[in-house]
Amino acid sequence: MEITTKSMPYEAWKDNEYIESMIAELKANGTNVIVGSLDKLINWGRSNSLWPLTFATSCCGIEFISLGAARYDMARFGWEVARSSPRQADFMMVAGTIVHRMAPVVRRLYDQLAEPKYVIATGSCAISGGPFKNSYHVVKGVGEIIPVDVYCPGCPPRPEAMIYAIMQLSRKVKVEKFFGGVNRKENQKEFLKNHPIESMTD
Amino acid sequence: MANIQEIVGKQFPEVTFAQGETLELTVPDASWHALAAKLHKEFGFDNLRALIGMDWGEELGIVCYLVNSRTYEMIRVKVSTANREEPFLHSITDLYAVAGIYEREVYDFYGIKFIGNPDMRRLFLRNDWVGFPFRKDYDTNPEVNPVRLDHEETEDTTVTYVEDADGKIHAEERVIFKPEDFVVNIGPQHPATHGVLRLRTAVEGEEIKKIDLYLGYIHRGIEKLCEGLTYPQTIHFVDRLDYLGALINSHCVCMCVEKAMGIEVPPRAKVIRVIMDELMRINSHLLAAGTFCMDLGATTMLFYALRERETILNILERTTGARMTFNYNVIGGVRQELDENFVTDVKALLEIMPKAIKEYNKIFTGNVIANNRMNGVGVLSEDDAVDYNITGPSGRATGWNYDVRRAHPYGAYPEVDFEVITRTEGDSMARFKARMSEMEQSCKIIAQLIDKIPEGEICAKVPKIIKLPEGHWFQEVETGKGAFGCYIESTGTTSPWRMKFNSPCFCLAGVIDHLTRGQKIADLITIGGTLDYIVPDIDR
Repeated sequence: MEITTKSMPYEAWKDNEYIESMIAELKANGTNVIVGSLDKLINWGRSNSLWPLTFATSCCGIEFISLGAARYDMARFGWEVARSSPRQADFMMVAGTIVHRMAPVVRRLYDQLAEPKYVIATGSCAISGGPFKNSYHVVKGVGEIIPVDVYCPGCPPRPEAMIYAIMQLSRKVKVEKFFGGVNRKENQKEFLKNHPIESMTD
Repeated sequence: MANIQEIVGKQFPEVTFAQGETLELTVPDASWHALAAKLHKEFGFDNLRALIGMDWGEELGIVCYLVNSRTYEMIRVKVSTANREEPFLHSITDLYAVAGIYEREVYDFYGIKFIGNPDMRRLFLRNDWVGFPFRKDYDTNPEVNPVRLDHEETEDTTVTYVEDADGKIHAEERVIFKPEDFVVNIGPQHPATHGVLRLRTAVEGEEIKKIDLYLGYIHRGIEKLCEGLTYPQTIHFVDRLDYLGALINSHCVCMCVEKAMGIEVPPRAKVIRVIMDELMRINSHLLAAGTFCMDLGATTMLFYALRERETILNILERTTGARMTFNYNVIGGVRQELDENFVTDVKALLEIMPKAIKEYNKIFTGNVIANNRMNGVGVLSEDDAVDYNITGPSGRATGWNYDVRRAHPYGAYPEVDFEVITRTEGDSMARFKARMSEMEQSCKIIAQLIDKIPEGEICAKVPKIIKLPEGHWFQEVETGKGAFGCYIESTGTTSPWRMKFNSPCFCLAGVIDHLTRGQKIADLITIGGTLDYIVPDIDR
């Protein structure tokens, strides 16, 4: 089974091993024909209309604007519906440095996203703290506070790199079991259990 | 200058003078406020350009740069206190409006409390933060301040320090929002704040009563990071401050270090730097116009503006190799030789820009809705611009004729002929139009230089290890947002003792409350958009 996105040949991907391991995981337990076909249909729809949350803190956000403009035009792929409310978005491009004061806000935004939800860590700051790694006020990677699905390196990543990252995400969506929760949901639950919010009152 | 020394010296015998780059006055805290009042009233130093917190090891204190808004003369005042446990200094908020926010920053980083400042809360850091990070003895152990996922308490009161007649200082509680106020929280995640800015807005119906500003949602501690790095290593950080003025910012830092070391930049590098600066300015104004119009609902403008911006990015990318964070300026000159097609590309851009600007004006500036939403909205007077230290297009839109390129010319600017755009209305429309006209002026500057790029070296010979002598330097440039300053204090080693980036956007954020009072809440977006602040530049 070759999982790819439209107009992208399978051989052109740089890292097919991970997707193959995910497929193996998907196939391991087998599934009901009806549920399997439904999964396929739903995933087809979802992977082709991923809606991002407009969320940017710094430089990477400007490249995200470029991504939406005429030259790179993410509308070609069905991602152009950037939502300002997390309730309406499918995934979050964490574009920019996340600092201590912002960390609870990021976590809250993530919690507000409707299931199923995904995160792309865009740029070296969101991946590891980047050039500001040694700062007293910078979170060393957004992976410390929310589970990340795709990492997109660069400082800032070029819009092409962002396109590649979102394509990877849409590929991951395709190998998910919507009804069974294989491949993603379990990890997410585990992550959230290991990273509780202290003194949460509500 | 001698005049100041004479008159001030007579009235304040305790003030000591020194002549460096500028006249330097060192004053004990007791007479600081009186001296500031005298400088303000009698000598016309009515613009507080920078208020920089300092930790000299033994002493804590501040360094102020005061500017005469008419003659552009600059002086430096140093105030310090030896008490590290309970440091107090007198506030000058009643003389300079911008001091309010500057002093809060100093309190946040150094723990210096200002007597008379109406609001002494932390500005960038969480209010449960432990310690003052810019002090040299700050404990950097991450266990002291771990990443917290719980939300901090938002307080409706603040504290102010008052000195009574016999010199005793006591804290007084001040109310920001009363319980009956209707407070709307805008941000930090809001598409129209252009980044992660948080504004707690008290409204009465649709009218804004008061705005309480929360910063620090992208405070990266760049200035503190610089203290641990060598000078060439610090330059790339400023690309990430105001990323739309990346090349201009790094130009500033390089000039400051060159000034300190006495390096003469080759003429070719000077001209290249200025051309790059002006390309950057057009880029900055284009994105400002595009996103602002999108906020008002004119989405088309964004696509038109970004079309030209991509052309500029192409030119920059061919020479520097990057689209946004260029790392192109180095100490002594520029990093690489220009691309072989640079001149042709720039000339092609110069040809399309006038047509494009005409097109923008046709689509947006003349539009009835745009006029109704911008005319007379958020009017800033010239005196307020000086008082709040609003430089750049926003300041010039009020009529204050201040442009660093003219006031303190640097690089190749003395050789070129251009007009400093000023307007008199001071409203949102004036700010918007000022940017449009500035793009034309930038094209004019580039056109004068593009055929006359001198041949020769692109970088001066600099020592392998860059070491600055003991001393302090302050250099300003004009970015797309206003006067950007770089302050370096050196103890003679390879890394700075203190490096401060005095950003124009910080002051722009400080004026929001003043500008929006009494306006409609929808106009907050208009005012914020035309002020054109970049949040990472505010927070640093």
